[in-house]
Amino acid sequence: MERVITVALVGNPNCGKTSLFNALTGLNQKVSNFPGTTVEKKVGETKLSEQVKLQIIDLPGTYSLYPKSADELVTYEILRNKSETNYPDLVIFIADASNLKRNLLLFTQVSDLGVPALIVLNMMDVAERRGIEYKIPELEAQLGVKVIPINARKRLGIDALKQVLLTDLPSVHKEYFSLAAVDSDMLNLLSKATDKRNAYAALQYAINAKDLLSEKSLRLKSIFENANFNIRQFLEDEVFARYHIIDVAVKAARLKPKDNLKQSLTRKIDIVLTHRFYGIGIFLALMFLIFQAVFSWSTYPMDLVEMGFASLSEYVKNALPAGVLNDLLVQGVLAGLSGVIVFLPQIVVLFFFIAILEDIGYMARVGFIMDKVMRPFGMNGKSIVPLIGGMACAVPSIMASRSIENKRERLITILVIPLMSCSARLPVYTLLISMFIPDTAVFGPFNIHGLVLMFMYLVGFAAALLSAWIFKQFIKSNQQNYFLMELPGYKMPLASNLFITLYEKAGAFVWGAGKIIIAVSVVLWVLASTGPKEKMDKVAQKYEAKMEHMSEVEKNEAIIGGLTMQQNADYLEASYAGQFGKFIEPAILPLGFDWKIGISLLTSLAAREVFVGTMSTIYSVSGADDDLDSIREAMLKEKNPNTGKPTYSLATVFSLLLFYAFALQCISTVAIVKKETASAKWAIIQFVYLTVLAYGSSLLVYQIFG
Amino acid sequence: MNLSEIKKGEEAVVTKVNGDILALKLFEMGVLPGELVSLEHIAPFGDPIAISIGESKLCLRLEDAAHIEIELKAWKEL
Repeated sequence: MERVITVALVGNPNCGKTSLFNALTGLNQKVSNFPGTTVEKKVGETKLSEQVKLQIIDLPGTYSLYPKSADELVTYEILRNKSETNYPDLVIFIADASNLKRNLLLFTQVSDLGVPALIVLNMMDVAERRGIEYKIPELEAQLGVKVIPINARKRLGIDALKQVLLTDLPSVHKEYFSLAAVDSDMLNLLSKATDKRNAYAALQYAINAKDLLSEKSLRLKSIFENANFNIRQFLEDEVFARYHIIDVAVKAARLKPKDNLKQSLTRKIDIVLTHRFYGIGIFLALMFLIFQAVFSWSTYPMDLVEMGFASLSEYVKNALPAGVLNDLLVQGVLAGLSGVIVFLPQIVVLFFFIAILEDIGYMARVGFIMDKVMRPFGMNGKSIVPLIGGMACAVPSIMASRSIENKRERLITILVIPLMSCSARLPVYTLLISMFIPDTAVFGPFNIHGLVLMFMYLVGFAAALLSAWIFKQFIKSNQQNYFLMELPGYKMPLASNLFITLYEKAGAFVWGAGKIIIAVSVVLWVLASTGPKEKMDKVAQKYEAKMEHMSEVEKNEAIIGGLTMQQNADYLEASYAGQFGKFIEPAILPLGFDWKIGISLLTSLAAREVFVGTMSTIYSVSGADDDLDSIREAMLKEKNPNTGKPTYSLATVFSLLLFYAFALQCISTVAIVKKETASAKWAIIQFVYLTVLAYGSSLLVYQIFG
Repeated sequence: MNLSEIKKGEEAVVTKVNGDILALKLFEMGVLPGELVSLEHIAPFGDPIAISIGESKLCLRLEDAAHIEIELKAWKEL
């Protein structure tokens, strides 16, 4: 019979928890969300023996069990609640040997909650280089728990850890902090009110829960008040008492430090990377490199993906009998899927850089360098990573913002992320810019096309900062605002960590965004291919009449000459989507848009890049969606039926560019914001303000230059 | 004096940490009375600062550093 042992990995941020998790599970891990949250839940499995399976839950890194951010709350919630489905049989506590004292603070709290635990001592090599060494048996004796030295990045000591889990699984917890000084009557009341047998767990739960707005919280609050209990003082006393216990243990187990230590390499690197000039120069250079990589190097794999889908569509189209199913598969599902997968190279490249910079420890320095710049806009240094990530895709970036402790700064960051030009805007920008600026035009050493593109990104960034500043004036918070962050020592990037991260992010993108985009593509396909009966019939009659007097040869010639394409365009005009375009035309006319653009606005509500595909259908372009040249030609030829002037004047194109730069045409973003902020309110506010911004700036530009 | 006034090359001892949530957070991150502290780096725009305390390197804003009272080591030894 198979036995399953569930363990949770707990530790401070930057203690090597992810490396240990990867070393234990490899690719055998699943990522989902903790129920009711968007905090990533990583669960992995490995076999300890034929009969024993180890299930490992990776809990978010935290400094204490008094949570101060959404991430930390999850760790606390799971460890405090024995009836929780994820409640572990054992906690594997990962401690950074080079910073043992602070790491053990959390360990003693976890143990006092009543969970059996063991300690793995990681980063012994880093500690040794700093002249710190411990006698393991002495440390075990002092703390009364099993201590196993490992090197997670080099995968040393993993087998020893597995052996202990198999043969010597700790089953009791150790208590460190004494509540002798606390009013015992109050503790009894709290234990009853919280259903906790363990007094420390009850007190801790009560302190964390007292500020919630439930009836229970009010009761807890009144227990504290009646007992005249000073929470602030207790928390301070608790921390000091724990540090004292730890101090004694750590000092007893520590070997005498060696002399003549070299200045640490991290410090030398930091002198350059946080330097007034070099630091900023290197940061900007890195950003430029990432920009280049995402936008020019990814084009080759993107072309491959597009070609692959084009031939797959061709194959499916010919393999299946013509009809509704064929059209639905090719024009609905495959077209939608291709629209998602084509961005995968860009997303992988972007996350590759973000993951590598995160893994070596540079991202913390970016926060350090940029904090002062972000502050006037109601954000902090930690906002810069999600904002940069927003250039690839807003969805994972909004999720990445949860490391920001301050709720207001986090909310502002989330609200403005969609203004960063994401990769879905790229095909739209490319098509529109190329209408007036040839790809080959240069200004000195620069490609003008590229400069305009860069300008669009800067416009987005400027709008993000400006909006953030405005939100800062309106969103008030009584939460104390501070910025406190650890600068971890630099490490060499670990290929296996990078690979697993990319594998995970790519999967999340394809399944997460893919589901929505395919669903909406199918709906839009239905709207664009069906319409009011009499209108659709009229189109059918018109073409039947045209074809009636033709011979077979003439018919074939007409079809080759684009008659079917024209027919399709007329059908689109008569369809529900076309009716919608006509319906909203009066509202978008002041922006320089006609009803055809109106259809595209509707279809790109799901995802912006659908604009290009819709344009190609409307302008009856033959061939695959990516044939930008022929779409551009057709759009340039288009004349306004009322004035006889070209529909796409410079003013219209500029107005359209701004509209796509600002409007929130992305259902996935709306969904994730609703989930992340736990309210529809902010998702609606965001959608409305971005729509107003898009409409207003397009209107302004078209009215001035049109 | 407080930590926002420390200069590069100076070593000091933390004597007191003020503030409510901030103080607790600082304690949890190892900023404790009695610990040695020194200034490591200053961000390019003059704020925040990076300090070395205990065995960690933390960065914090000057306004937060002002909550941390210190005594320069040279003075203490006199």
